[in-house]
Amino acid sequence: MPLNTPSKPKLAVWKFASCDGCQLSLLDCEDALLAIADNIQIASFPEASRAVLRGPYEISLVEGSITSEHDAERIHKIRRLSKTLITIGACATSGGIQALKNFKDVNDFVNIVYAKPEYISSLKNSTPIADHVKVDFELRGCPINKDALVEVCNAYLNRRKPNIPTYSVCMECKRRGNICVMTSKGIPCLGPVTHAGCDAICPAYNRGCYSCFGPSEDPNVKALSNQFEKMGMSKDELIRLYRGINANAEEFKNESIFHEQK
Amino acid sequence: MSKLKITKDTKYTVNKDAIESLLTELKKQKFKTIGPIVRDETIIYDELENINDLPIGLTDVHEAGSYRLKEREDKALFGYNVGPFSFKKYLFPPKLTILKSKRVDGKIKIIKENESVEKLAFFGVKPCELHAILIQDKIFIEGEYIDNYYKKQRDSLFIVTTNCTEAGSSCFCTSTKTGPSADKGFDIAITELLDGDRHNFIIEAGTKNGLKILKELPLVEASKNDLDTAEQKIKSASENMGRSLDTSNLVELLLGNLNHPHWDDIAKRCLSCGNCTMVCPTCFCSNIQDVTSLTGDENERVRTWDSCFSMEYSYIHGGAVRASNKSRYRQWMTHKLASWQEQFQTLGCVGCGRCIVWCPVGIDITKETKAILKQVTAQAEQSAQAEN
Repeated sequence: MPLNTPSKPKLAVWKFASCDGCQLSLLDCEDALLAIADNIQIASFPEASRAVLRGPYEISLVEGSITSEHDAERIHKIRRLSKTLITIGACATSGGIQALKNFKDVNDFVNIVYAKPEYISSLKNSTPIADHVKVDFELRGCPINKDALVEVCNAYLNRRKPNIPTYSVCMECKRRGNICVMTSKGIPCLGPVTHAGCDAICPAYNRGCYSCFGPSEDPNVKALSNQFEKMGMSKDELIRLYRGINANAEEFKNESIFHEQK
Repeated sequence: MSKLKITKDTKYTVNKDAIESLLTELKKQKFKTIGPIVRDETIIYDELENINDLPIGLTDVHEAGSYRLKEREDKALFGYNVGPFSFKKYLFPPKLTILKSKRVDGKIKIIKENESVEKLAFFGVKPCELHAILIQDKIFIEGEYIDNYYKKQRDSLFIVTTNCTEAGSSCFCTSTKTGPSADKGFDIAITELLDGDRHNFIIEAGTKNGLKILKELPLVEASKNDLDTAEQKIKSASENMGRSLDTSNLVELLLGNLNHPHWDDIAKRCLSCGNCTMVCPTCFCSNIQDVTSLTGDENERVRTWDSCFSMEYSYIHGGAVRASNKSRYRQWMTHKLASWQEQFQTLGCVGCGRCIVWCPVGIDITKETKAILKQVTAQAEQSAQAEN
C-alpha cells in the first residue's frame, strides 16, 4: 500500500495506559483494513509498522488513560496535531481498570508491587482522555468492537454521523433473541444501565453483563442497585460490580462510593 | 375419512394424534411451522418439527420481573402462558435490510433482490398474541402506507390459535377483551381438554384455508359435554386472571394527568432499558439507518427495532425531546393505553403481561395505572368533600 498518496486523510494511532487490545482491533479488521488503507493513509501506527509519517493528522485514534505527568502533557501535543480526535476503549473513555487506584492511595500499591518504588512516577488517579483535552468522538468497549471502529472510520470518510447507538444493552439483547438472564435465572446483569455495542455477548452465553461498554446514555443505576439488593446482593458485591472496567465512569463511581459510605 | 360434513361453524373433537397430523398436514402444504419450544429454560417460538417439540407437561410461572418454568402435574401440550418473544419477530423482524443500492457510473442504482418470503404457519398462537397481530395489521397494512415485508409474510400466513384454559399470574386479557378465547383472526382454533387419561381437543376452522386442512384430520363432531367442558375451562381462565386493568376511562385518566406525581415515582424505578417495548407484541417502532461501504459506493438501508426509551428516538435539532426517564416512560404508557386508542381505534395493550414479567425491576403497568386512578379518585373525593 503506498504510504505517501497525498490525497488520503492521515490517521495516527496513539497509546496511553492500556493493554493495546483496542488498537489491535484495527489490525483485526482484516479485509476491512485493506479497504480502510485504500481510503485512509495509516501514517503512524507503531503496532503495525515502524514507518512513521509526521503530522498533522486528520484522524487520531487514542487508546489508554492518563496515569502519569508525562502522558498528561503528551495528550495536549497530540490534540494540537490532530484535526479529529477519537478515543477508543474503556481506558481512554473512562480511565479503565487501572482507575481502581482512584479509590485507594496509589503509593500503597507501588510499595507492595515494585522492588524500587522510588523509580515509579504515577498520578494519583487514572483519568479518561476527555478530562484533559477536547474529544470529538468516544468509542466505548473493552475491547472496542472492530465493526464499530470500521463504522466510525466509514462515517468520517463519508462525512456522516456514525451509527453507534448509546442506548442500553437490553435492546441489542432482545433483538438478538437472548433470554433475559436476570428475569429468567435471577443472575444480576448490568445490561439495563450499560451502553450498547457488544451485541449482548455475555447474556448470549447465560452470563450477566459486566458493563465493558460503561454507562448507557441515561442510566438509572440506583434503581438497578435496589433490584440487586432485593435479589440478595451484599454491599461488597454491589461495590465490586460497579468497580470493574469502567469503575471511574461518573455514574458507576458515584454508585460504588454511595454503597461504600453507607 | 368419515362422511361427516365439515363446516366452518361447527366444532369438532380430535385426539392428540390429530394435533400431530395437523402439523404434518401444514408441512405437506409447504408451511414452515413455528410454535412453542423450550430453550434456555424458557418457552419461545421457533421451528416446530413435531409435537414432541412442544413444551409438554410444562408451564411458566410469572411474577413482576421474574419468569420460571415449572413441571405440570399433567401432560398438557399448551399448558403455558406466554414467553419473552411474541410472533412479532416473524412479521416485523428485529433487523431487516429494506433497500440496497449501488453507485454505477456516478448514478445511484437500486438493486432488486429476490423478495419472496417463506410461507409460515404459527402454531399455538394464544388469543392475546392473535389480537396483537390484528393490531399490528392496522399499523402495517391497513393504514395509508403498506409495509411490504409485513404484507407478504402476512398474506401467506396460517394461524393456529390455542384458546387459554388457564390464566397466568401476569395475564389480564379479560380486561383488554383480547382473550382467553379467540373469536376471529385464526385459520384453525384449538381448545385443549385434559381430564385424567382423556386428552382431547376441540377444533374449529375460521377460514376456508383452515377448513381445507381440517378436512384432512380424523374428526368427530364435538359432544355437548365436550363443548360445555371447553366453555367452562375458558370461563374459569377468564375469571382467574392474575391481574386486571380498568380500561373504561384510560384516555381521560392518563392524558388528563400528565403531570401527576406518580410519574416521578415510576421514573425512580424505571431503568429506561427498553425491555418492555422489545417484548411488547404490539410495539412497532423502528429506526432506519443507511450502512455504506467505505467508499460510499454501496449502501444498505437497514431497519431495526427501536424504542421510545432511547434518547435518539426523540432527537431533533438541539437535543432529545424526551430527555428524562419520566417523560419516556410516560410516553410509552400513555401511548399504549390512551393515545393509541385515538390513533388506531383500539388499545395498544393485549393484556399478555410481558412488559411486567420481563421488566428487570418488575414495573407493572396495571399497578401503575391503578395507583394513578386511586390517587386521582381520592383527590376528587377530597375536593368534593371540601366543596360540601
